[in-house]
Amino acid sequence: MILSTIPTWFAARQFSARERYESLPMPKRGDEMWRFSNLKQLAFDEGTASSATIDPLDLLARSAGPEKSAAKLVFHRDELIHSEANLPAGVICMPLAQAIIEHSGLIEAHFMKQETRLGSAKYAALHEASVRNGVFVFVPDGIEVEGTIEVHHWNSGTAGLFPHTLIVTGRHAKVCVVDHFASADEEAGVVIALNDLAAGEGSKLDYIALQELNELSRMIQINQTKVARDASTIGFTLNTGAAWARNESLSRLEGPGGRSDMLSVSLPDHQQEYDQRTFQHHVAPGATSDLLFKNVLYGHSRTIFSGLIFVDEGAHHTDAYQTCRNLLKTDTCEANSMPGLEINADQVKCSHGSTTSQISDDEIFYLRARGIDPANARRLIARGFCIEAIQRLNHPELESFIIDRLERKFSRIAVTS
Amino acid sequence: MSLQIINLHATLEDGTPILKGVNLEIPKGQVHAIMGPNGSGKSTLSKVIAGHESYVVTAGSVLQDGEELLEKSVDERSRDGIFLAFQYPSEVPGVSNANFIRAALQARLPKGEEIDAVAYYKSLYEKMDLLEMDRKFTARAVNEGFSGGEKKRNEILQMMMLDPQYGILDETDSGLDIDALKIVAKGVNAMRSPDRGLLLITHYQRLLDYIKPDVVHVMAEGKIVRSGGAELALELEENGYEFLKEPALA
Repeated sequence: MILSTIPTWFAARQFSARERYESLPMPKRGDEMWRFSNLKQLAFDEGTASSATIDPLDLLARSAGPEKSAAKLVFHRDELIHSEANLPAGVICMPLAQAIIEHSGLIEAHFMKQETRLGSAKYAALHEASVRNGVFVFVPDGIEVEGTIEVHHWNSGTAGLFPHTLIVTGRHAKVCVVDHFASADEEAGVVIALNDLAAGEGSKLDYIALQELNELSRMIQINQTKVARDASTIGFTLNTGAAWARNESLSRLEGPGGRSDMLSVSLPDHQQEYDQRTFQHHVAPGATSDLLFKNVLYGHSRTIFSGLIFVDEGAHHTDAYQTCRNLLKTDTCEANSMPGLEINADQVKCSHGSTTSQISDDEIFYLRARGIDPANARRLIARGFCIEAIQRLNHPELESFIIDRLERKFSRIAVTS
Repeated sequence: MSLQIINLHATLEDGTPILKGVNLEIPKGQVHAIMGPNGSGKSTLSKVIAGHESYVVTAGSVLQDGEELLEKSVDERSRDGIFLAFQYPSEVPGVSNANFIRAALQARLPKGEEIDAVAYYKSLYEKMDLLEMDRKFTARAVNEGFSGGEKKRNEILQMMMLDPQYGILDETDSGLDIDALKIVAKGVNAMRSPDRGLLLITHYQRLLDYIKPDVVHVMAEGKIVRSGGAELALELEENGYEFLKEPALA
């Protein structure tokens, strides 16, 4: 970005975010929101550019998405290397750096307006201070975008990358955005991403994050979703990559009749660690949130799930559900679950639960007795375990694309374990 | 050509003996039935033939057309033509019935060869029609939320699709009402062939009203104690298993 073109408000926000980042303390042992976390992963240094030669054409060729895309943007470390779109009139879909200049007012109204409540305020401040690009999607009232908007964020080197995704839907608008995070090289990258989703009245906003970074990388992903009256949102995260990934996901139900589906599928192997924190915040009465997280753990991997359903005073007739299911594939992996509930209203339907299990011998025997070898039997069962969350997308094309990404990880596990 | 069980002894992992010298031969083209009281070892026999790892074979042998079966893994046995219809089939959440059966068929093909999807579905639907199974069962997860009768029909469907040389049906009639029993019997009868041997394990005679066996065996305390024609089943139905005590003492 050329400095002179940045709106003053944005420059001021970045300046004060830097100060906030520097003044906020590091998370420490004993902080409830970092319970069981591996705090050593939070030591970020300046980092350097990649020593590998990155060919943009090669990245573009590797930027696969679901078949029907309404728009496709490909970035390598914030630099746009490809963009195509076939969108209805009035829809804005462009790099954030461009949008800050061309749609300054819209961005200012929505950019990072929610408080970070799940522990990463310091890293949200770092993101705000450091963000250089990302994507802005705006769908005006009554417009439905067919097909997905597909965004690829390629990282390389070890310097931090701070991609930002801001999606705003107008009344009765509809859009589905897929953010894809991957590594262009084999270096220990750091990605601190934040996505702001604001679903307007009666709109449908689906957001899918596919995290497939290399297994040396670290990532913090902060998701903040606002759901207006009668709006419906899906937030889905797939984790197969990175050495360490922390996902903080907050849904704020602001209008009656609103619905938020919070979904996640994670497949850690080796020493991978996924740290998942969620917050279902019912501000308005008569809204629904439904969370389903599925983790299949291999090798010496670890997961942490900490979820809170919080029903404000007056948010009567809330329906809120939270389920985390872990499937342990080895004796050396570790799944931690901390479901939570705080209800300050009447006539609410809330449930939370977590299960941790292993594949039963009987189930394996059944598949083997049909001729399926043990490795394939385990893979079929693990895949079946994940499917429930994927099918909640209710989008066959996207579902099969995600299943294909899962299969890639399963193949890698089959080869290495 | 037969499935030959010779002096088969098997114990639980803790050493408790269950099978104490079973001798049995099921030639291709025949249907045999094993009847016997609870705890006689009927289900154990079926699981040992299929290769269940909770049992230890301590002596004896099972020959499939002359070839030793006991040295093969569970999945190898299945691929080589042994089929067990389970008394209590497992549920496999998230794996659709159609994909499950397809994976089982795929496991029988050489590497790199793919199943022809059109031919596969044609064959699957034909068999489902015969078993009066609704098409929606292809998309449903294997056995999940199925009624007892639906699970048993699904076992027969799998047997029909996998076309085994020898099929063992472990209490396929239990938990079935009369209509479901007739449908299951229709499926099994459709599988009778000069190229296949079938072994029905059952507690009650009523299954044998619909699937007429060539030979009936009675099992007690881990052994075959009597064998005879189809009339033996009727005799058991009338007199119960009480008579077993006498020959056992003699």
